[in-house]
Amino acid sequence: MPNDTSDQLGRQIASLPRDEDGPVFREPWEAQAFAMTVKLHERGLFTWNEWAETLGAEIAAAGPDDTAENYYLRWLAALETLVAAKGTLAAAEIAERKDAWDRAARATPHGEPIELGRELRADALKQDQPHG
Amino acid sequence: MAHDHSHDHDEGSALSDTALRVRALESLLVEKGYVEPEALDALIDIYEHKVGPRNGAAVVAKAWSDPDYYARLMDDATAAIAELDFTGRQGEHMVVVENTPDTHNMVVCTLCSCYPWPVLGLPPVWYKSPPYRSRAVSDPRGVLADFGVSLPDGTAVRVWDSTAEVRYLVLPMRPDGTEGWSEEDLAALVTRDAMIGTGLSLTPDQAAAAAAE
Repeated sequence: MPNDTSDQLGRQIASLPRDEDGPVFREPWEAQAFAMTVKLHERGLFTWNEWAETLGAEIAAAGPDDTAENYYLRWLAALETLVAAKGTLAAAEIAERKDAWDRAARATPHGEPIELGRELRADALKQDQPHG
Repeated sequence: MAHDHSHDHDEGSALSDTALRVRALESLLVEKGYVEPEALDALIDIYEHKVGPRNGAAVVAKAWSDPDYYARLMDDATAAIAELDFTGRQGEHMVVVENTPDTHNMVVCTLCSCYPWPVLGLPPVWYKSPPYRSRAVSDPRGVLADFGVSLPDGTAVRVWDSTAEVRYLVLPMRPDGTEGWSEEDLAALVTRDAMIGTGLSLTPDQAAAAAAE
């Protein structure tokens, strides 16, 4: 149950930005990172203690002057670290996919959704064009 | 995913480094069967109201109560909203569009899901959905009907397409029977959907019924 998990999360990570009822997000990507983490935990990929330790290490590494605004940046870094440490996704695989999304976005005209595969079609088009 | 690409390039779109990292993780985890996009959306749906339609409701209630604030809000919404400390991180420009008996305003982002996070929090799942993004433009009255809103025939519907640079907030009409109400009580009548334009403000009776549930 999502609610059970989020309650547990709220209790175990006291510094999670939250209001009276639950966590809050500043931007959608934060929610995506949050939701992926909750779902991976539900699947048993890691325990909340492992998560808290990993996130805590990221927050500690950022130093005492880090702001609350950066909280989910640390969260995202912790998620990347943990999925790599658990062998769920290889770091190189993530880097390669990130690059593919970057090229897909740049190949996407405005008004159209950014989808993987666009970068491949754009590459093919470039190869078809004669060199000037 | 929500508004995370900028619209100001002539060719292609650009995603922020953070957005790319999140997309990389999510697409790989989905492909490998670790997470389901629907399950992520459902979870986010639980939290989306937590960031805050309340901020927007406070803006609306103040505009209803304070003629000077209303004037500032209509003149320069970005500055008037910043007065209440609801500012975005990306410097987006806010525009307030006012509902009247003649005109009903509705907001969409046809490109992605640009949304005024500082005042409304996370966009609801339906706001990001392709059907809403296309039908809000082609059939706004049909969308309103889906949301249970029927407007008088004489009321025109105007649809505003958000961008990364300009975000719209609907100023709904103040419900009858609220003369002399405090800003706090008024804010309780202002729903998120009313500020997107897919709903209307609650009447005092509706609010009382909702509170009693």
